[in-house]
Amino acid sequence: MSVRWWNKPLFWPLAVFGLLLLLNLIFKPEFFAIRYQNGHLYGSLIDILNFGSPLAIVAIGMTLVIATRGIDLSVGSLVAISGAMACLTISRGDDQHALSLVLTAVLLALLVSIALGLWNGLLVAGAGIQPIIATLILMVAGRGIAQLITSGQIITVTSKPYNFIGAGWLMTLPFSVYLAAAVFLFAAWMTRKTSLGMFIEAIGCNPTASRLAGIRSRSILLAVYMFCALCAGIAGLITSSNVSSADGNNAGLWIELDAILAVVIGGTSLSGGRFSLTGTLAGALLIQTLTTTIYMLGVPPEITLVVKAFVVLAVCLIQSPSFRRSLTRGIPWSPAASGQEVSRHG
Amino acid sequence: MSENRPILQMFGIHKRFPGVHALNDVRFRMFAGEVHALMGENGAGKSTLIKVLTGVYPVDEGSVEWEGRPLHLRSPLEAQQAGISTVYQEINLCPNLSVAENIFIGREPRKFGKISWKAMNRAAEALLAERLNVKLDVTKPLDTYSVAVQQLVAIARALNISARLLILDEPTSSLDRDETNKLFEVMRHLKKQGLAILFVTHFLDQVYEVSDRITILRNGRFVGEYLTDELPRVELVQKMIGKDLELLGGMPKRTAAPGEAKPPYLRASGLGRKGGVEPFDLTIGSGEIVGLAGLLGSGRTETARLLFGADRADQGRLVIEGREIRLDSPRKAIDRGIAFCSENRKSEGIIEDLTVRENIILALQAHRGWFRALSRRRQEEIADEYIRALDIKPPDPEQFIRNLSGGNQQKVMLARWLLMNPRLLILDEPTRGIDVGAKAEIQKLVLSLSREGMAVLFISSELEEVVRVSSRIAVLRDRRHVRHLTGDDIQQTTIMQAIAGG
Repeated sequence: MSVRWWNKPLFWPLAVFGLLLLLNLIFKPEFFAIRYQNGHLYGSLIDILNFGSPLAIVAIGMTLVIATRGIDLSVGSLVAISGAMACLTISRGDDQHALSLVLTAVLLALLVSIALGLWNGLLVAGAGIQPIIATLILMVAGRGIAQLITSGQIITVTSKPYNFIGAGWLMTLPFSVYLAAAVFLFAAWMTRKTSLGMFIEAIGCNPTASRLAGIRSRSILLAVYMFCALCAGIAGLITSSNVSSADGNNAGLWIELDAILAVVIGGTSLSGGRFSLTGTLAGALLIQTLTTTIYMLGVPPEITLVVKAFVVLAVCLIQSPSFRRSLTRGIPWSPAASGQEVSRHG
Repeated sequence: MSENRPILQMFGIHKRFPGVHALNDVRFRMFAGEVHALMGENGAGKSTLIKVLTGVYPVDEGSVEWEGRPLHLRSPLEAQQAGISTVYQEINLCPNLSVAENIFIGREPRKFGKISWKAMNRAAEALLAERLNVKLDVTKPLDTYSVAVQQLVAIARALNISARLLILDEPTSSLDRDETNKLFEVMRHLKKQGLAILFVTHFLDQVYEVSDRITILRNGRFVGEYLTDELPRVELVQKMIGKDLELLGGMPKRTAAPGEAKPPYLRASGLGRKGGVEPFDLTIGSGEIVGLAGLLGSGRTETARLLFGADRADQGRLVIEGREIRLDSPRKAIDRGIAFCSENRKSEGIIEDLTVRENIILALQAHRGWFRALSRRRQEEIADEYIRALDIKPPDPEQFIRNLSGGNQQKVMLARWLLMNPRLLILDEPTRGIDVGAKAEIQKLVLSLSREGMAVLFISSELEEVVRVSSRIAVLRDRRHVRHLTGDDIQQTTIMQAIAGG
């Protein structure tokens, strides 16, 4: 079955992405300026990659969770916990600049994240609680945990090696971009070179049939929630090291919503099944470009969120085949017909 | 009773869905004060007829006459207002509300705009006592009562004052013997009050116990209406399945069963599950094809699911290759060499989002674990091999399975399990909904697999097919294994008599 180009899952996010770049080209040509200074590249495009990397990393983990028909609302809290854990460890050390101390802090933060992911997974796969409720628990409790770790204060660190994670540069590019690329490649390798990806899609698409085919859905769900938490932990390290401090209250606030949005824009359905990591990456870039563009174009800050909402709505609507049909034919939009249409195209 | 005018008459009813003629010139009538059983196998049109009768679907053609006047229903609400009430298979009540609240929800008796709890409780008690002849504490939450009582409450709720026809769709499927008896008492009590009751069930014994009249549908067509006393059981089964005993008399049957002398691959003794299938004994030898025959809902699938660990047995023993084992998951069964092709291809078999290749290798890959992935080349070799061997069309391993026809999806399922090289293959309705050619191919395949030493449990609604392939047959009725047939007894006539029972 040949799929027309506008039905390819990646077409519309990339088209909107291109449109945003075009807007910038017309109104703010300096958007594309890239300067080379002290061995570093600077410019809006580099900023997008840099600031977008925590979101991209969280969204990659979220993609796998959503593909299993789940959702993880706790990633924002995990971002805060991971940053708090690392900063606390470093602030307690004798020599903040010691590489061993920073490595210990990073390892500790990631281990705590993975353990909390295991908790999510156990609630979902073991206790059979709906994912949205199961992870809501940690979303709420996690903020509290982060504040307990920081004793309600903002912990500031002076560690140079720690600051490198979120603000360092490597071979002309921000280090966080390499981290995002590494997470993406690892996830892609894990899901496409082993059969994990196929099992995740099978569980998300048809849990009953998967069980009858002998798939160990429980351990796969545990692994997926743990990986998602690990991603959130890495994003937390980038976020907190970028500003050399841990803020239990505000670090990673609402990032779960942007991550879910990135996944959906990238063409992975919230009802589980087929997923696209590349699509998620495109979605995350689109969201970050949008945010940057809004600032660049000088949209008043009080209406930026509304503008953002409209663009996201437009992307979601234009991805729906039945909505596009109703535009061309002028017939009323019927969501019921769209379900059938989507399943026929696939 | 039959000299009364019927309260409901339906003539020449047609209902079409895309690709299906669900009701084709169907007649149906109901009399006041009678229990009328609507019988038919899967796809006969029972549920469509009920949905037409309750206003869920509009009729395409035909006329409905209700209490002597033409009736045009546009919604379930209109049906209720006309006096047609339905209790569906799944009880639609609120378990955390009281019995009285459940009965009167949405039409609570009010006094100055406030709900009058006293009046409501009294009315609920009176309704239950007078019409159903049961006494309950109506202030207790519904979930403190058993499923059977909840069923009665659902009936009470359906019986508003104007109800003249009560439709009970599979009301006994989750009830045990005593609870069923209690329900029948209530049905007889309601019947005496002049209510017409439409009863849908798969249990033959219950039809003969409680119904006065039977209407049989087959493939969307009206087969006949009979008084229950005048229709012998065997005839009922014949009419449901659509075979004539005389015509079948001299069917040739399979000769000696191979592999009988060897110790059996699997032996179940007293294996059973409450609410699923009553304890049964069954042995299957290597190279043997054992058939399971029975009507829909007779416990065939439940038997298969116990042997595959899809459901957990709550009694009995299972011995596989001489070792006793408790199967509590399909994984365990697969590890012991069992494969199971479910009858619900769409919901329990294929993974729609995956390609043909991925669907074929799924079970094997699950068995190997996620890390020991088959290489892409190996996967393609396997897929190509089975696509060729089973003649799967289109022969494209990268096609999404949802784009294949039912018969080809079924072949992909077969490929998935044959690839596992199982020692016992359980096939539940492997040929349902596929064309004649593919059917013959699958039967041939099953026979050749058994010659190579595979044990096969073959489940089918088509007696002809079961007779053709099986060397032994277990016959089920009302969730019991009622007879084992071997040798010359393997004939459609004997099976039908066993299905019909006493």
